[in-house]
Amino acid sequence: MSRPSSEAQYLARLVPPSVAATGINRRALLRGALGGATLLGATSLLAACGSGGGSGSVPADGALTIGSSASDAVPKKALADVVAGFKEPGITPRINTVEHEAFQENINNYLQGSPDDVFTWFAGFRMQFFAARGLAGDISDVWQNVTGMTEALKKQSTGEDGKQYFIPSTYYPWAVYYRPSVWAEKGYTAPKTLDEYVALGEKMKQDGLVPIAFADKDGWPAMGTFDQLNLRINGYDFHVGLMAGKESWDTPQVKNVFDTWRRLLPLHQPDSLGREWQEAAQAIQQKKAGMMVFGMFIGEQFNEGADREDLDFFPFPEVDSRIGTDAIEAPIDGYMMSARPKNEPGAKKFLSYLSSPAAQDVQVKANPTVVATNSAATTTGYSALQKKAIEYVASAKSIAQFMDRDTRPDFASTVMIPAIQQFISNPNDIDGLVKSIESQKKTIFTG
Amino acid sequence: MTTQQTAPPKAGAAATAPAGRVNRRVRRLTGLDLVVVSLMVAIPTLAVLVLVWFPAVASVLLSFTNWDGVGSIGDIDWIGGTNYVNVATNYPPFWPALQHNIIWFAVLFLFATPVGMFFAVLLDKEIRFTRFYQTAIYLPVVLSLALTGFVWQLLYSRDQGLINGLLGTQIDWYGDPNYNLWAAIVATCWKHIGYIMLLYLAGLKAVDASLREAASIDGANERQTFFRIVFPVMRPINVIVLVITVIESLRAFDLVWVINKGRNGLELIAALVTANVVGEASRIGFGSAMATIMLAISSVFVAIYVTIVTREERQS
Repeated sequence: MSRPSSEAQYLARLVPPSVAATGINRRALLRGALGGATLLGATSLLAACGSGGGSGSVPADGALTIGSSASDAVPKKALADVVAGFKEPGITPRINTVEHEAFQENINNYLQGSPDDVFTWFAGFRMQFFAARGLAGDISDVWQNVTGMTEALKKQSTGEDGKQYFIPSTYYPWAVYYRPSVWAEKGYTAPKTLDEYVALGEKMKQDGLVPIAFADKDGWPAMGTFDQLNLRINGYDFHVGLMAGKESWDTPQVKNVFDTWRRLLPLHQPDSLGREWQEAAQAIQQKKAGMMVFGMFIGEQFNEGADREDLDFFPFPEVDSRIGTDAIEAPIDGYMMSARPKNEPGAKKFLSYLSSPAAQDVQVKANPTVVATNSAATTTGYSALQKKAIEYVASAKSIAQFMDRDTRPDFASTVMIPAIQQFISNPNDIDGLVKSIESQKKTIFTG
Repeated sequence: MTTQQTAPPKAGAAATAPAGRVNRRVRRLTGLDLVVVSLMVAIPTLAVLVLVWFPAVASVLLSFTNWDGVGSIGDIDWIGGTNYVNVATNYPPFWPALQHNIIWFAVLFLFATPVGMFFAVLLDKEIRFTRFYQTAIYLPVVLSLALTGFVWQLLYSRDQGLINGLLGTQIDWYGDPNYNLWAAIVATCWKHIGYIMLLYLAGLKAVDASLREAASIDGANERQTFFRIVFPVMRPINVIVLVITVIESLRAFDLVWVINKGRNGLELIAALVTANVVGEASRIGFGSAMATIMLAISSVFVAIYVTIVTREERQS
């Protein structure tokens, strides 16, 4: 939701008709709103230039601000608990929570304005993109004292310049989720290959279940299915190259992905473009659908206790035996430091704390749909699902993030979301689709 | 604006100075008057320049760049008309969006606006319960956008909606690109009709009653009175209604944004501009190119409006 522009338009609506009728005023408000975003960017830049330097200075009251996009109840409480556990004399942390969609959409203006000292963000390309633009603080010195993080995690925290800009906190795997109780009752077993997957889907259909719960109103959930198929059909290296803009979309490989997906579409829940992921997840929860390609946070839609324990996953089935199933997707969430924090020593201490097993234990305890990144974190309190997630990720050879984290944000949101939605509503023109994606890609991945 | 109105007659000055000697009156402004007048002119002018013209011109300029919203203004690369070429030839949502804006305008103009005017004429007759109808029809205009979206969601929902319940269908009104534009337009008409009705009702109340009397004495029936007498007399309001309809259809944005961010059958130019400029995408140059196209289209209508208004003022 774009706050500034809709608010200006909301205000425009309040103008009495006698005034509004002059025409120019109403238009002007809209223009003002659109230009406003630009203006905001420009002025905040100047402000940023003015406040440069001063590394090591600390606000007198030791204030440390944390910008959080954890606006949903479960993750919000998790962060509050983590912050409450940070007991460092002279530092008073304060959380500023912003609704997560709004937080992500305004990230550009936010980081160029007066951002909080520490903020929640994502690993991978989506982190590097902002680090490369000088909008994130270098925290390589924090990393020197970090323990319990794998080399792969460090790589995902490293910018294009080789410095670290990110502290991983939690992750969750994408896979195919289902209700073991439903499967036991019907006698289903986890499919190993695409053919078994299709056969299982057909069987579910006969049993009166929706085989694959599916929703793409928000534009991003279907990206997960594309990623899984691409990783299985073309492998990790091709996937990463494709996301980085190096491979062409207008290739037999990508066409093959969409072709395979088209074969599976009849097994997907229909009318997905008007459905939010929560509704699709509830179809699983209410035992109306058989399975769903999703992230582990599907568990948020389940009730705590026995209901949530009746949830399991299996890896997306193998499509090509030469490729196998050892490439998976497990997005990492974590924290970054802004480029010019007001309390740099405090921010670094806090980030160091966030990487510790102690902080991650608190976080995961409050939000059991994720898994801690630090290998020294306690896993005794983990549910069977969380334990399985750790094994699953540990056994994977390569780990991708997610389409909107592995590629440029502008490409993901203005090209891929409309393209995938178009594919879902008309799966027959794959040639035209990939051609269009490729030609739009060339205008975005320049230089 | 006519010249008589620019210098408001001051009680003392008007009494002593002979009529028509404007120059002498102006010279009698005291120093304080000058300061006040200058401020009254300067502040609004400044506000218009800063809030309207600067962003507008900046957007037009940015539309010739590939700025991504990050980095200083000095680093901007000028890429000529590339953004416009890309918008037209290499951005699939653009042409559907333009088409949707045109459909939006056509429905508002051919259906919602006439219905609103018709309601106004009916209510102007002082029929029974007229105030109740007036309130009922205007109510949607008062409702906030979030509420509008919610109210219609109750009717449109695929699984629990009233419409599907009554018809026994399972149509996904907001999600199916064959229907969702029309579903959104119906919701918009719901608001637009009330808005036009109130505007037009105010105009009708201002029509000189003696005109109607004269018409009825001459033996004109209701229809003739309206189309031959009242409608032409209300020309200024008619123009305003037309301009509002055009503007409403160009700035149509909020409802589709609330529904699904203007994707999948609900593309509108304003939504595309927002999606490109405001979000994490931050394709400011590209989005500005679409904003400029919108500006150009609306300028045509504003120019027509201004021409009509000034011509009328000259005539009167």
